[in-house]
Amino acid sequence: MASLRGADGKQQPAKEAKWAVEVVTVEPGPPERGRETDDEERWHPLDAKMCELGYRPDALIEVLHTAQEAFGYLGAETLAYVGERLGVPKSKAYGVATFYSFFTLEPKARHTCVVCTGTACYLDGAAALLSAVADVLAARAKAAAPGEKEAAGGWISLEEVRCLGPCSMAPVAVVDGEVHGKLSPSGLASLVKAL
Amino acid sequence: MGSRQVYEALEAEVAATGLDDVAVRRVGCLGLCASGPLVAVPELETLFEGAGPGNSGAREDIVSTLKGEPRGGRPMAGDPFFSRQVKVVLERCGRVDPESIDDYLESGGYEALAKVVASMSPDEVTSEVVKSGLRGRGGAGYPTGLKWRTVAKEAGPAGKFVVCNADEGDPGAFMDRSVMESTPHQVLEGMAIAGYAVGANRGYVYVRAEYPLAAERLALAIRQAEQRGYLGARVAGTRFSFHVELRMGAGAYVCGEETALIASVQGERGTPKPRPPYPAASGLWGCPTLINNVETFANVPPIISRGAEWFSSIGTERSKGTKVFSLAGAVKNTGVIEVPMGLTLREIVFDIGGGLAPGRRFKAVQTGGPAGGCLPEELLDMPVDYESLTQAGSMMGSGGMIVMDDSTCMVDVAKFFMDFCRQESCGKCVPCRVGTHEMWRLLDRMTRGAASRRDLEQLESVAGMVRAMSLCGLGQGAPNPVFSTLRYFRDEYLAHVDEHVCPAEHCQMGAPERAGVGPA
Repeated sequence: MASLRGADGKQQPAKEAKWAVEVVTVEPGPPERGRETDDEERWHPLDAKMCELGYRPDALIEVLHTAQEAFGYLGAETLAYVGERLGVPKSKAYGVATFYSFFTLEPKARHTCVVCTGTACYLDGAAALLSAVADVLAARAKAAAPGEKEAAGGWISLEEVRCLGPCSMAPVAVVDGEVHGKLSPSGLASLVKAL
Repeated sequence: MGSRQVYEALEAEVAATGLDDVAVRRVGCLGLCASGPLVAVPELETLFEGAGPGNSGAREDIVSTLKGEPRGGRPMAGDPFFSRQVKVVLERCGRVDPESIDDYLESGGYEALAKVVASMSPDEVTSEVVKSGLRGRGGAGYPTGLKWRTVAKEAGPAGKFVVCNADEGDPGAFMDRSVMESTPHQVLEGMAIAGYAVGANRGYVYVRAEYPLAAERLALAIRQAEQRGYLGARVAGTRFSFHVELRMGAGAYVCGEETALIASVQGERGTPKPRPPYPAASGLWGCPTLINNVETFANVPPIISRGAEWFSSIGTERSKGTKVFSLAGAVKNTGVIEVPMGLTLREIVFDIGGGLAPGRRFKAVQTGGPAGGCLPEELLDMPVDYESLTQAGSMMGSGGMIVMDDSTCMVDVAKFFMDFCRQESCGKCVPCRVGTHEMWRLLDRMTRGAASRRDLEQLESVAGMVRAMSLCGLGQGAPNPVFSTLRYFRDEYLAHVDEHVCPAEHCQMGAPERAGVGPA
């Protein structure tokens, strides 16, 4: 979605550009989860939330949470829809959506593996957990046929989070919403492979 | 970790035995998280550890014990983990069902609020808090009563607000999480009392998004309190009204900083603002706003019920009351504890914490999160209070206490915290945005054996600049782990830069620079 252009307006590869002006164009992304056609019903959870909070601009973050829960990510259309009804300019809505690490503008994969990298988990080997899962992903991508390459990336998203709180169970990872503690790298790799 | 399933299984098994004088109840945090899931039989002062859903043996021990044939379990009486603690904030944790307002009421809940609105003037309430000596438990330790007085004095023609900072962003800190999940009403009661004292009728609890259970329990508690008249239009039947709303964070550590938090509640990017004006004068939507931490509010009902004199009899001269800590890392008894201010680090780590695992040596204890510091063995006999910790180069912080053993590399620890600050920096001010990145880069080179003495000098110089020039506490505090590890573990830094050796044998010397350096 974002393209890097040099001062002369020509697109440049990121490495060579000395002073890259990032011109971000928000293009319509892939269809949001739960959306079959131009069905207006998909906006209902958002409408309900906005109504509950009085359509005030300060409801933005709460509504974006609702939107992400409903659609899996925040597409351009969602941001425009919400911004318009709350009286928030598109630029501000986009600014808020990109500021907070919980929000994502890209669709998530079918499964999620979130590894906690808080202090206790870091000391107890969070880095090893991340490498173990990364290895599983790399192996799977390698084994996938050329046409299936996309499928591997869409299978699971590997993310980090800074401290979920259950530090006595370090190291912790959340796989598809389920919290697992006292994990070993091989243990987590098995959990992921079984998805 | 399956405590719900354990509860259901136990309920069924106890019912099957026909024991009619046994009630199986769900309670909040019992504290000893290291060996959860936990089941306690308080009348017999026995704790059953590791009672997970798959551990039917533990349930057999419990049922046998209830039948009068004690088996298994760990005696709580005389166990320093329990006996050395003084529970004020955590008094009800592990004793009441967090989802039952009746439990809270039966244990004396909302009595303080009722007393305040019926028989005390706002000024009397504030004076009581001032007299108690309570200081902010979120990290800075600002005198709470003084903050309340400042907000109370403001005219606030457009209204005032009370905000509870439940953003607990320090990695390794989970005290507030435990309080919110175990005794949410206590926090709400404290907020309502504060609202009465300062003249605010609306409150917000800003909960980090990573704490869904805490948010759920708080939301339930708010609804229950409104139904019973402890929150809402007529608090405890009086004309004082106090409405509380929940607002979720969205994964930004910087939103623990009060002006950034305010921006976030207002639906904006969480970037701080220069102070003055302080939130007490101009906060949410420009109105006078009282912001206190979860633990600070949870201390208020006990202070009102039992009196400021009682509270100030606990703790030290300048640090009154208790502090809740989350003990984590290399210590045996990890979990949530509450101790009087002034207990020594040694007592906390070795008596209550049970010391380290066999074969491991104590190296340091980190307090204060990413703005805190690491304290070495020679400081173990230091009392834990605001002043002592600050003088030693660390800080009380929110209460995270991470024990590190001899397998930890202190340069790597400094790098870990700097990486954290670098990623969490909001980007608004140059010293923090660029400075934390530069410091991280230098620390990264050190841990890869690619640095020199000159890099160490550069690190110290940039650290000083970032501390002095950053706009908010995130940037100002980010260099602290570097300063404190340099103060007590300088030899490790020198080994990394002069000899390219990691004394703890942790760092991978010669590792390549991470490609595409940027926020991960």
